[in-house]
Amino acid sequence: MSFNHHGVWAIYKFEMARAKRTLWQSLVAPVITTSLYFVVFGAAMGGRLSDVAGVPYGAFLVPGLIMLSLFTQSVSNASFGIYFPKFSGTIYEILSAPISPLEAVIAYVGAAASKSVILGLVILATGACFVPITIEHPLWMIGFLLLTAISFSLFGFILGIWARSFEELQFVPLLIITPLTFLGGVFYSLDMLSPLWRAVTLFNPVVYLISGFRWSFYGMADVSLWLSVAISLGFLLVCSVVLWWIFKSGYRLKA
Amino acid sequence: MAMPAIISIQDLTKTYQSGFKALKGVSLDIRQGEIFALLGPNGAGKTTLISIVCGIVTPTSGRVLADGFDIVSQWREARSRIGLVPQELTTDAFETVWDTVSFSRGLFGCAPNPAHIEKVLRQLSLWDKRKNQIMTLSGGMKRRVMIAKALSHEPDILFLDEPSAGVDVELRRDMWQMVRALRESGVTIILTTHYIEEAEEMADRIGIINHGELVLADEKSALMQQLGQKQLSLSLLEPLAQLPDALAPWDLQLSADGQELVYAFDAQADRKEISRLLRALNELDIGFRDLNTRESSLEDIFVNLVHRREGGTA
Ligand SMILES: Nc1ncnc2c1ncn2[C@@H]1O[C@H](COP(=O)(O)OP(=O)(O)OP(=O)(O)O)[C@@H](O)[C@H]1O
Ligand SMILES: [Mg+2]
Repeated sequence: MSFNHHGVWAIYKFEMARAKRTLWQSLVAPVITTSLYFVVFGAAMGGRLSDVAGVPYGAFLVPGLIMLSLFTQSVSNASFGIYFPKFSGTIYEILSAPISPLEAVIAYVGAAASKSVILGLVILATGACFVPITIEHPLWMIGFLLLTAISFSLFGFILGIWARSFEELQFVPLLIITPLTFLGGVFYSLDMLSPLWRAVTLFNPVVYLISGFRWSFYGMADVSLWLSVAISLGFLLVCSVVLWWIFKSGYRLKA
Repeated sequence: MAMPAIISIQDLTKTYQSGFKALKGVSLDIRQGEIFALLGPNGAGKTTLISIVCGIVTPTSGRVLADGFDIVSQWREARSRIGLVPQELTTDAFETVWDTVSFSRGLFGCAPNPAHIEKVLRQLSLWDKRKNQIMTLSGGMKRRVMIAKALSHEPDILFLDEPSAGVDVELRRDMWQMVRALRESGVTIILTTHYIEEAEEMADRIGIINHGELVLADEKSALMQQLGQKQLSLSLLEPLAQLPDALAPWDLQLSADGQELVYAFDAQADRKEISRLLRALNELDIGFRDLNTRESSLEDIFVNLVHRREGGTA
């Protein structure tokens, strides 16, 4: 047995079943939130907001909102998935099982990423109900979707291992992810900003992720596509290395 | 007698991050197919020892082989042979009994086998509850679920960390029966307990651990024999001033007031010795009004050992 595929599948199924049990929180709540954004910004105010580089404001909003949900849901799904067994003590079983850290990560992160990709597609469909959407580069779109879902799930997994309380678990998304996302161009193009703000904003890595994803829809971007790809891959790499170190050192998992 | 060791623990130490030394060089061999009971007071290091063998706690130094596989370098082979029922009742809440036991089987790398899961659930009288969510079960039932999880992947080695904590007499008896049946089928069982009767009733061999050191590990019968003593006390009709020479062959003790004669002997000793002693008393015309015997239990041995140690190291 060089790869415990039964073990990976067992955890993956367990995590997916958890989402099914809490379908309301996992799917319905984000869809309602997103719909409200469309109603407020798209329908109510959209008429008064001008097009962004030829794209109607409502449609411009869609990729950003998908990314917003992808970030928050990947992080919360993955962090909760590993934090809860740690909190309840059921982690003993994972630690005593013949499953490698890599296999466990594949299962937990795979499940969290699957859930956010499904959610992302549902939000896309929801968006399509409100505004006309075009996807110029569907393969790139899928690629960015997967890459972002996996990277942020990895990040969430690290957060779940690091957190010692539910407060800490909420702290990082609230204080880091949400501000970076809201200031990262979900609701506006960088062109709309003053030169100073624009310069500051370029230090926000989320800008590159959203810009690349939006480019796959409308062929318009705030920054270069390759910079987006590089930043996405870089974030994935950083998370992987941190996680590798965590498992190597047994950090906060084993006494 | 010369059964191969299925678990071999060599010079195992554990120092927790707090600097606390929970294990101070434990060496122990568990034989294939035996029931081994680990006894020791609270905080002795029993759970620490088990957790290291199962891969939950990292050892500070030392080596552990499970079925010949090093638990650190060959962890996959070692772990797939081991089942663990931890001390704490920790289960998922929303999962059904069937799902959680099937989950454990998969986690340990086994292909699904509903027939085996059914067998385990029936053995543990959980079959009727298989569709229930775990949170709806009583504590004793949850403990059974944890046992079922540990047996789901057909382990060769089963660790039961205080299986009878918070369990009623009936379930305890069921569990003992199940443990014996498992041993019959070739599973090696290591259990920890605070109930000395449990060790006395169940175990083939007993280990006593105290302050992170293995004080003793031996056959239960040998232990009882070596350290188990019986006492015969005779309340005399007439006080004796001193022991008559004729009673010298027996190692007798006379109480200060001369009212009581105490004969301490090996539990396994020749019964005839007692009748010879009684006959000698008769010939000397020493009458007694009452007699009683006392057998030292494992508990006495245990308390004795732990105290002797404490006296010795303090
Ligand atoms: N994670 C930890 N960090 C620091 N000390 C610990 C940790 N876990 C256990 N200890 C200490 O190690 C010692 C041994 O604990 P252990 O749980 O192995 O005892 P035990 O023999 O199982 O006791 P009990 O019969 O109460 O279950 C105790 O003094 C305990 O406080
Ligand atoms: Mg314990």
